[in-house]
Amino acid sequence: MSASSTLKSGRLGHGQAVGAVGAGVAVTVLAFWLTPLQGRADFGVVAYLAGTAGYLLAAARTEGRRSVVDRLAAVLMATTVGVCLLALGSVLIYTAVRGLTSMDWYFFTHSMNGVGPRDDAGGAYHAIVGTLQQVLLASLIAVPSGLLVAIYLTEYGRGRLASLVRTVVDVMVGIPSIVAGLFIYAFWVLGLGRGFSGFAAAMALSILMLPIVVRSAEEMIKLVPPSLREAAYALGIPRWRAILKVVLPTASAGITTGVMLAVARVTGETAPLLLTAFGFDSIQNDPFSGPQSSLPLFVFGQASSAFGAAVDRAWAGALTLIAVVLLLTVAARLVTRRNRLV
Amino acid sequence: MKRIEANHVSAWYGGFKAVDDVTLAIEPKQVTALIGPSGCGKSTFIRTLNRMHEVVPNARIDGEILLDGEDIYAAGIDPVSVRRTIGMVFQRPNPFPTMSIRDNVSAGLRLNGTRKRSELDPVVEQALQGAGLWKEVRDRLDRPGASLSGGQQQRLCIARAIAVQPEVLLMDEPCSALDPVSTLRIEDLIAELKDQYTIVIVTHNMQQAARVSDSTAFFTLEAAGDPGRLIEVGPTSKIFTKPDDGRTEAYITGRFG
Repeated sequence: MSASSTLKSGRLGHGQAVGAVGAGVAVTVLAFWLTPLQGRADFGVVAYLAGTAGYLLAAARTEGRRSVVDRLAAVLMATTVGVCLLALGSVLIYTAVRGLTSMDWYFFTHSMNGVGPRDDAGGAYHAIVGTLQQVLLASLIAVPSGLLVAIYLTEYGRGRLASLVRTVVDVMVGIPSIVAGLFIYAFWVLGLGRGFSGFAAAMALSILMLPIVVRSAEEMIKLVPPSLREAAYALGIPRWRAILKVVLPTASAGITTGVMLAVARVTGETAPLLLTAFGFDSIQNDPFSGPQSSLPLFVFGQASSAFGAAVDRAWAGALTLIAVVLLLTVAARLVTRRNRLV
Repeated sequence: MKRIEANHVSAWYGGFKAVDDVTLAIEPKQVTALIGPSGCGKSTFIRTLNRMHEVVPNARIDGEILLDGEDIYAAGIDPVSVRRTIGMVFQRPNPFPTMSIRDNVSAGLRLNGTRKRSELDPVVEQALQGAGLWKEVRDRLDRPGASLSGGQQQRLCIARAIAVQPEVLLMDEPCSALDPVSTLRIEDLIAELKDQYTIVIVTHNMQQAARVSDSTAFFTLEAAGDPGRLIEVGPTSKIFTKPDDGRTEAYITGRFG
């Protein structure tokens, strides 16, 4: 360090940093050897803390206070990212490992019709059909109406009615999914006597999707610069056309993200389906009549069984569910990619 | 070619009066420049000329604006048709980000019902040539409008405005976000366009007003929070050499503003 320059400061070398972390880990090894400390998880935590301490101490000796704080913040951020990735990754990897063992072409092409819990046969075809139909129908109800509500709130809504609508939507976000299912059960399945069906499930799911679609679409439409609306008005384009052809396309990438969040949320819903779709072991291609299965119900049913073959089917069903959501998300991204804001 | 007469026009944003009692005639086939310090109401005034002022919530105006003798604020007048006749170019280039260059230029026609490519293509070429952009973009009409430079984007916006064949073109500080070279191109373009359009331009830049305009209107305000007023209007050569009002002279000689 040169005393003549105020711009220069010391710098922690790469080798020094590795050495300092290594020293911290070595101290931990020593401590676990000499003292009664034991356990693998404990070792991991103590080694992590000691290594970080060594790293920061080395930085404190060679560099200034500001860069120690900087390095501490970097360590904290890397740690939290690591913990999140670890949690997510282990869910995905564990599901994949368990699910792949019994996932084959047979699994995707057969239903559970006549399959007993101990039989190493059967598949999720009926559940995949049910999930796709129910989510598609729910989206057909929730996405257009949600978009229209969002357009009303951003472009037309003024005064008390708008704030009432906004409050109702906010309250809807908090509706427990079983309550949505109970409502359709009481109103449609029992009240109107229409019985269990995939469509009843779709209505319950659309209640859960609607507020997510409204809030995310509203935020995205609000982000469209007012100058684009003005440009459209100044060309003599009527307001409704400006909204349809300029505002919505500009916001479409964000709106798609919101819709996909809503779809992902309801695709995994189980509770409302118990009261509406009910579940069914055979293939039911008509969502408007009679009970229908779905992937979450399939997983729930198989995982409740005491037999290994059924539990394996549950894991395969769970992996299929994740794959369905992933495929839907990728497909939606591809469709709206060309409309991204530049 | 349309002549615009503004009679006793005042404009408000909610309770705030931004423009007070402006009476001004805008002659056809001429460039009229509106100059004045910030907050003097010149931008608000130009937005009253094609009913863009009322797009802002709670904004209203008083007085009348006659387009060839017809009051554009009269009952039964459709603001959408007014804006088709009186086009506008804004301060910041604002091409539609989701549309290609071609679609940006034809947006006004397409979104008003013309769909046929065979009808749109000649209009696109004509408008881009009118805006002096054709040679630069003819090979990449399908690229996004936002891929152009700032100056090109502003000329694209001018092309978009003239593609709907308006009678009058309003320009609200069209060069304030551009570099000097792009500014010069737009100024040359204004000189060419004035054979076909009545042009009103708001500008902060007095040299620009002197270069491009035939007549100049000077707006100012007494103090912050006061409404802007029209002080003096006349041929540009007269306003910049021997203005009648002392405030105009103080402004153009750089003593304030």
